[in-house]
Parts: sequence; C-alpha cells; structure tokens
Amino acid sequence: MNHYPLWKYLIILVSVLLGLLYTLPNFYGESPAVQISPLRNTAKADGILLQRVEDTLKNANITVDGTFFEAGGIKIRLSDADTQIKAKDVLQSALGNGYVIALNLLSNSPHWLTNIGALPMYLGLDLRGGVHFMLQVDMKGALSKALDRYSSDIRGSLREKKIQYLGLDKEGSQITIKFRDVESRVKTEVEINKTYADLSFREQDTSNESHLIVSLKPEVLKRIQDSAVQQNIVTLRNRINELGVAEPIVQQAGIDRVVVQLPGVQDTAKAKDILGRTATLEVRMVDEEHDLSAALRGQVHFGSELHNERGGTPVLVKKQVVLTGDRINDAQPGFDNNNQPAVHIDLDNNGARIFKQLTRDNVGKRMAILLIDKNQTEVITAPVIKDEIGGGKVQISGSMTIEEARDISLLLRAGALAAPMDIIEERTIGPSLGADNIARGFNSTLFGFTAIAVFMIIYYLMFGFISVTALGVNLLLLVGLLSILQATLTLPGMAAIALTLGMAIDANVLINERVRDELRNGITPQAAINAGYERAFGTILDSNITTMIAGVALFAFGSGPVKGFAVVLCLGILTSMFSAVMVSRGMVNLLYGNRRKLASVSIGQVWKPVSEKR
Amino acid sequence: MEFFRIKRDIPFMSWGKYTTTISLVTFLLAIFFLATKGLNLGVDFTGGTVMEVGYTQSVDVNKIRNTLSALGMSDASVQNFGTSSDVLIRLPAKAGVSSAKLSETVMTALRQSDNTVEMRRVEFVGPQVGEELVESGALALLIVSLGIVAYLAFRFEWKFGVAGIIANLHDVVIILGFFAFFQWEFSLTVLAAILAILGYSVNESVVVFDRIRENFRKMRKASVAEVIDNAITRTMSRTIITHGCTQMVVTSMLFFGGEALHYFALALTIGILFGIYSSVLVASPIVMLLGVSRKDLVPPEKKIEAEGLS
Repeated sequence: MNHYPLWKYLIILVSVLLGLLYTLPNFYGESPAVQISPLRNTAKADGILLQRVEDTLKNANITVDGTFFEAGGIKIRLSDADTQIKAKDVLQSALGNGYVIALNLLSNSPHWLTNIGALPMYLGLDLRGGVHFMLQVDMKGALSKALDRYSSDIRGSLREKKIQYLGLDKEGSQITIKFRDVESRVKTEVEINKTYADLSFREQDTSNESHLIVSLKPEVLKRIQDSAVQQNIVTLRNRINELGVAEPIVQQAGIDRVVVQLPGVQDTAKAKDILGRTATLEVRMVDEEHDLSAALRGQVHFGSELHNERGGTPVLVKKQVVLTGDRINDAQPGFDNNNQPAVHIDLDNNGARIFKQLTRDNVGKRMAILLIDKNQTEVITAPVIKDEIGGGKVQISGSMTIEEARDISLLLRAGALAAPMDIIEERTIGPSLGADNIARGFNSTLFGFTAIAVFMIIYYLMFGFISVTALGVNLLLLVGLLSILQATLTLPGMAAIALTLGMAIDANVLINERVRDELRNGITPQAAINAGYERAFGTILDSNITTMIAGVALFAFGSGPVKGFAVVLCLGILTSMFSAVMVSRGMVNLLYGNRRKLASVSIGQVWKPVSEKR
Repeated sequence: MEFFRIKRDIPFMSWGKYTTTISLVTFLLAIFFLATKGLNLGVDFTGGTVMEVGYTQSVDVNKIRNTLSALGMSDASVQNFGTSSDVLIRLPAKAGVSSAKLSETVMTALRQSDNTVEMRRVEFVGPQVGEELVESGALALLIVSLGIVAYLAFRFEWKFGVAGIIANLHDVVIILGFFAFFQWEFSLTVLAAILAILGYSVNESVVVFDRIRENFRKMRKASVAEVIDNAITRTMSRTIITHGCTQMVVTSMLFFGGEALHYFALALTIGILFGIYSSVLVASPIVMLLGVSRKDLVPPEKKIEAEGLS
C-alpha cells in the first residue's frame, strides 16, 4: 500500500530540479553595472553605440567585465562601485543628453541561466534601498489650468469677433463674462456654441449688466482629469529618465494617484526636487503702456502683473500669455554669442508660427520670458525684439550660470505637469538599511529552520529527517517560485518565508503524530503509515485553506510591504502542501514501501498506556 | 522521545467554568486597556513622518531634540532605536507642510551639528493615506473573519464556525490588548501578523473539530463531553509540537530580525500562545455551549457502518 507510481516520483524529481535551477541565480550575487538606453525612439542602441561606448571606456582606462545588449539598451558590467561611478561620469559627458545613463546591478549568474529566464528574486525597495513616492494629482489645479486656457481663448474670440465685453472672471469652476447689453451676450452664445463644444453656459442678468456663466461639461471634466493624470505620468517618466535611474516604476494608482519607485536612488533630495517641480515657461509681452513706478506703488493695471527679473529689476508684464512651454520640442544648455550661458529652445511648428508672428508684429518692443516654478514666477529675461525670429529656434540668455542653464533646460525638456502633485506617502530606505534588512530576514529564516530541524530529528528520528528534508524542498520551491514569478520580495515577505516554514512543519507533525497514534493502536507499521497520511490529509487541507483565506484578504486589502507578505504566504501554503504531503510520502515510500515484513519504523518512541486499553 | 504520556482523557470540558472565566477576564481586561489607553498607532495609520538616522558612535538624544526644537519642531519625539547610535525621530503630520521639505530640513540641521549622520530611512504618510489604511485594515479583518466562519460552517457546521471565530477573535482582541497595555507601536506589519495569526490559529480549531467529528463516528456510546475531551487530549501533543516549531521560527525572528520585525514577531508570539489556549479551551466549550450533537455531523447511520469497517 505504500507505493507510489513512477509518475509521482517523476513529478517530485522534476519539481525539485526546477526549484534548484531557478533558485540557483540567487546564489551568484550581483555586480555593479552601468546601463545606457536611448532617451528617444529615434536613437537606437546598436553596434555603433556599443563601439562608441567601448572606445570611450578604453580611452578613460576603465576595464570592463562585459557588455550586453538588453531590451533596447546596453549594460556594462564593472568590477566595483568606484569604477561604476567613474564609468557613468565618463559616458555621461561623452554621449550627452540623448541617453539615459543609470547605475544598476547585474546578476552574476551564468548566461545559460539568464537565457532560460532564471533570474534572482526581485528585491523590494526595503531590501535594496531606494525611494517610493505616492503622489496625488491636484485635480482642482488641473481644472483651473484648463479654465485659464479657455478664458484666454474666449478673450481672443471675442476680440476677433469685435464683441464688446466688460470683463471676464474665473471663479471656482466657472467663467463669468459680463456684458453691457443682452445683444453682445447673445452673439457670444452663438460663438461659444459654434467653437467650444466642451463648454456649457447659462445666462444671468442683473439690473444693468447681463452675464454669461460658462462651465465645463461633465464629460469634459472627466476627460481633463484623466488626461491630467496621464500627462503627469508621462512627464514624471521623462524627468526620471533625466535623473538616470535603472528600472524606475511609474504607475497610476487609483483615479488620481501616481506611484513612483526609484530603486537604488541615493540622492533623494534631488529626486524629490526634480519630481516635485512644476516649471513652465511662458512668453508674454512687457507692458510698456503703463507706468512702472505707479505699479511699484501698488497701482498695477488690471491687465498686467509685476514680476522681478533675475537680478531684482522689477518688470511690468501683461497677463496675457502668448506662448507656453507645451510648444517646446527640445531645450539644451549652451552659450550665446557673447559666450554667456544660455538655453537653446526648439519650438514645434505651431509654436514656431506663433513666435514668428509675435516677433514680426512687435519689433522694437520688449517681450518677457517667464519661468514659473513652485508657484514662483521669475522673469528670466526681457529682451527687446530686434527682428522677426522664424524657424522656431529661440535662445534665452539672461544672467544665469551654466548650472542654472542646465537645470532650466532639463525642466523645460521634460515638460510641464498638467496639474500640480503632492507627495502623500514617501518611503525612503537607505542602501545600508536595505543590506541590513536582507541579513536580518536571512538570519531569521536560517536559525528558525535550524532549530526546527534539530528538534524534528531528535523527536521523530527518521521521520523527522524526512520531514525536515520535505521542509527544505518547500523552501527551495518557494524561493524558486518567487524567482520565476519575479514577485517583489520585501522584508515582511522574508518574514513570511520564515513563518511559512514554521507553519508548514505543522503538516508533517500532524502526519507523524497520526502515524504514532495508529501504531499505538496496534496496527502494523505499513498500515499505520498509510492510515497516518490518508487521515492527516483532510486536516492539512482544512487548516491550509483557512490560512489561505487570510493571505488572500491581506493581498486584496494590503498595500506595499504587506502585499509582499501576503504573496509569499499564499505561495508558501501551496508549496508546503506539495512538499509536506507528496515529497515526504515519496521518501517514506522509497524507504519503507518495499519491505514486506516491516517490524518497526523509525519515528521515535511510541509510548503505550499500559494500565488501560481502550 | 515522547513528551505526552497521557493515560486518561483529560476532562477539559468539566473545567469549562474556569476556562471561560479566565477567558472572559483577560478579554475584558484587553477591552479595558484598548478603551482607556488605546493603541499606539504607527505612522502608517496616523500619518506623519518617521526618520531613522544612524551615527558612527553613540549619540546624545537630547542634543538632537534641541536641534529639532531650534527648527520649531518641539513636538518631535526622539528616541534610540535598537542601538545607542541609531535614532528614531517621529514628526507628527502637519497640514500644509510638504514631507519632502520636512525630512530635508531635519537632515540638513542634523548634518550641521554632526556630519557623520547617515539617513537610513524616511517614511512619510499623508493623513488621507493613513485613514485609508485604517479602513482597509478593518475591512481585511472583517473579510478574513467572515471567510473563516463561512468555511468552517461549510466544512463542519455553523456552530463550529461561530465557535472557531469567537475563539480566534478573542485572541486578536487579547493581542490588541497587549499592544494597548504596553503601548507598543501598532504598524501595518503588526496588522499583517494579526491576520496571519487569525488564519493560523483557526488551524488549531480545525484539527480539534476534525477529531471531534471522527470521534462522533467512532465513539458511538460516549457523551458529547467525552467525545470532545478525547479529541482534545489526542491532538494535544500535535498542537504543542506544531506551535512550538512555529514559535522557534518566530523567536529566531525576535532575536535576529532587528527592529523592523520586532513587533511583528511579538504579535505572533502572543498570538501563538493564546492560540493554543483558545482553540483548546475556548472554542470547544463554545461548541458544547451551542449544543453540538452527534446528528449535526454524522449523516445517515448506514454510511457510518460502512466507513467504520473500512
């Protein structure tokens, strides 16, 4: 009765081999690497680039341990962290801004393992160090921005159609346009109906003015919100690329949230700064009709604003925006004709056309280029327009340093956020803590396992040894499975590995106790083994299902590290069912199954009550 | 080796009066501490900022406190964490202050007074996220409880489902009571530990219930109390050995897992100890109290005869 058909042994053998194979990469460790990937699709990671990279490194006397093509990029393995940083700097200056050059870690496992998809477990941020942000998109901000755009468009339309209006105010989520007479209002309604499908309006007349209240249609509202989140994600990705992070994660979470994970980032201050910035560029005209000194005394004309130029000189600027940063294709730091630091901007077609018209119509006047960053508006420069500028090539130079020119161009290039964002959750783990956490998780598992092994072997002898072997197989399969699935392993996840081992032994204790129980009742050893396994199985199944319920609920409602705990717990239950029942039974069958006359089994002392027999 | 040499079935059920009283008292004490002291909720639930900084040598906590006070953060709590060279700084959530700014400001100030300081960890949770985590935590607890009741009711009978969940929620409340009494920090990982314990301890009840069902079939003449006593006595050695093994791992976590896993392991330890007690001495009396009988579990007579012979 204690025989397994060949296929069952084969299943055990194959799963153990697979477990070994996929666990293997975790033992090789990782070495520092530099990862180069093109920023835009136009540039390709090809042999030419590889040659260039190799030459650059050779010229800088940096020895390379290997170069690989991988998923649209090149990875270079280096011997230590110092060379890694040196190589990054050298490559950065040689390749320029078209490429993301990031520090990374590369698994040391041999090629044949990588080729079959055997990778080490994917470590979470709390184990490898890095930053996790959750950002909330400020929808009110997005709507306000959209309304600003519409206000400015409506103003333009009204001017174009020569409709007289008294004023146009934005209040909350609506725009109120004031007219002196009903006639102009009706004309405006016709115009809005024709040109602005996104807007709805209602009329409101007071004794001497007639008002038109314009608001966004609900479906448009939703569209704006969706696209604000989407655009913010794109912008964040661009900015992170500029930061040079290997394997960043930028994901939408919920309706209005974005999760950003930057593994291995050490300079968190810089990361937060770049992510949080909402820099936009605006081109406006300088208000030269009104008196600057009057404005300084507090009497600012209602169509203008007072801002400071770099260096502190106040400038009176019109509120109307001629051109925004959305029209920028590219921005690069450089120098102007006088060898002063400057930002070279390349506008898109539409932007180029607007800019050409603006400069043609306003020769001799001053325009202002404003940088709005963190709600602070600063006039970078306010030059006099000398000539029409066509072709969309604009050069901004003001009193800026090389450093500032680089920062401004980075921000302009990466695009603006469609809506402001707040960091509502942050978890930063320093690299040293990450390494400590790995050691802690590993030690907990190791010592816990050893303690169980010692106890089980002493208490159950051969059956204990079999149980411990099955537990080892369980650990192997669990780590193998985690490596195959590339599920994120966190510190609570490592705790769950240890805990699963402690819980998984339950199944073997149940079986062993059951077998002893049957022996106590005086059944032959062969029958006792069989009955023990058969009867214990139902109990094992029941108890694992209840733990599974808890695991699934934790997965569904948990977040971050707790989710990691839940994943490991659930997988651990599955592997333990297999190893505790099938693997240990297989071993018992191999050991005892073939003996016809089995007098005793090595399961430790089976004590029988002498005085009483039931 | 055999630890448990029990000659006779231990009359657990006749102790029902005492065990129920003990349970009730601990339970009420736990509730009392929860109500008066409350849980010391971690940053995950309250929102706020936690920073862990490390120095190369032991550091004067008061000096750091003064540095923070100078920044206008007199409400910060500063304490050693694990070793005398590691410091944990807690800053309550403030409306309108960006987390990014806050931790940067603190780090800059600390660096000025001692430049060996190393940032090991920053956790910031916004108040709205904290509220959500409380909600989803409570929801998870509810779903797990309902799921377990439903499973036990399906697998055995509703009486077992109710008894099982009462016994285990009793454990949960007692763990919470400990956390309230000692004012240990209650974090997300502790919540995870509690939910895991909930699933794990139910195993205990399942094993006993399984035996009860089996005994109802085998011991045809015995009274309900005798059936339950026998089931508990015969599963006891397994119960203690299994829990002992799990506790070995948890103890290893307590010693080697560092501060991050400390309260996690502590919650598991309390859960395991009370889990043994409650599944044996709480769940079964409740089953009896609910009036379980042979016919609840054992379907038609004939079938039993057949099974009994096999």
